[in-house]
Amino acid sequence: MAIEARIPTILRTYTGGEKAVSGQGSTLQELFVDLDSRHSGLRARLVGEDGSLARFVNVYLNDEDVRFLGGVETPLADGDVVTILPAVAGG
Amino acid sequence: MTRFDSLLDSLGRTPLVGLPRLSPSASVRLWAKLEDRNPTGSIKDRPAFFMVERAEAEGRLTPGCTVLEPTSGNTGISLAMVCKLKGYSLICVMPENTSVERRQLLEMYGAEIRLSPAAGGSNEAVAVAKKLAADNPDWVMLYQYGNPANADSHYETTGPELLADLPEITHFVGGLGTTGTLMGVGRYLRERVPGVRIIAAEPRYGELVYGLRNLDEGFVPELYDPSMLDARFSVGPEDAVRRTRELVEQEGLFVGISTGAILHAALAQAEKAVRANERADIAFVVADGGWKYLSTGAYSGTLDEAAERLEGQLWA
Repeated sequence: MAIEARIPTILRTYTGGEKAVSGQGSTLQELFVDLDSRHSGLRARLVGEDGSLARFVNVYLNDEDVRFLGGVETPLADGDVVTILPAVAGG
Repeated sequence: MTRFDSLLDSLGRTPLVGLPRLSPSASVRLWAKLEDRNPTGSIKDRPAFFMVERAEAEGRLTPGCTVLEPTSGNTGISLAMVCKLKGYSLICVMPENTSVERRQLLEMYGAEIRLSPAAGGSNEAVAVAKKLAADNPDWVMLYQYGNPANADSHYETTGPELLADLPEITHFVGGLGTTGTLMGVGRYLRERVPGVRIIAAEPRYGELVYGLRNLDEGFVPELYDPSMLDARFSVGPEDAVRRTRELVEQEGLFVGISTGAILHAALAQAEKAVRANERADIAFVVADGGWKYLSTGAYSGTLDEAAERLEGQLWA
């Protein structure tokens, strides 16, 4: 089961400069653990010590903010695209 | 009554127009709130006016004051008009990767522009403005990202207008920047319309805009209360431009690019309602017209070309 994770510039030091990496997992949590096994240190940037998403990190499952789905427990399916972005201002 | 004593008095009371061609069916309808019909042509006239009036009422703004504001454009243009009419000087801190029309309009209204670096987008503008405010304690920063008068302007005007025109409203879809529109309209509608869904459409820019030096420089507006939203969507430039063009071609509406992003999220809600066989009356915000974005190239050539031209620009 392959899921594409899109990595922002600021976190590409963990992916050898790759913009997108492939991973597996039935939830976002599992995907992060799987990605961390090959890109060590990435997960610690995405989730805080309490296990929830870090404050200035936004994660989108097929363009929808996962905080309104199930947070790190959001279920994933084959072919999903997970986009990770730092929180920025608009206005 | 369409006669007003002054331009400021004509704020708001914008039309809500149906989209018969883009709406999927008679029971799933889309409605556009034409915020380009405000004094300077954007929804930001509402918060700008409310923030200035409240600062005056609180005694923070007095004659001769200098107002300071970080803005990617529309709030600055609205403030420039309000400040001009009320006799305040205005300094706008604006990212350098914003359209030339926005800068021209600000200059025309007599505002001073301080450009902040493109990398980091509005985050940098906020940081620069906060430093300027600290260095110049006599300047008054209204600070749209954390000023309750921003959300209150929508609670007191946009929300009531929507409900009066569309009592059967089931969804409200707005753009997410300062979060003021969604927080204010959301609060108003949730208090009065059981089950109403509040949906946010957030522009997804090119990589340059997310080029922070570290994640701790990330920014969440102080006004933001996620419990006020039911869903939040990230919309890239391809989808935003495609929907912007559909609005022109099918409904005759010439809108700014951020409105294309908002329509994209609204159409997704419409499709969901159709699939669930549910009635829906979905109101969405036309934040501004397309005029200020002609120079971006978003309105000519193929969709791919247009999206490519928007790379690195703050298009919403």
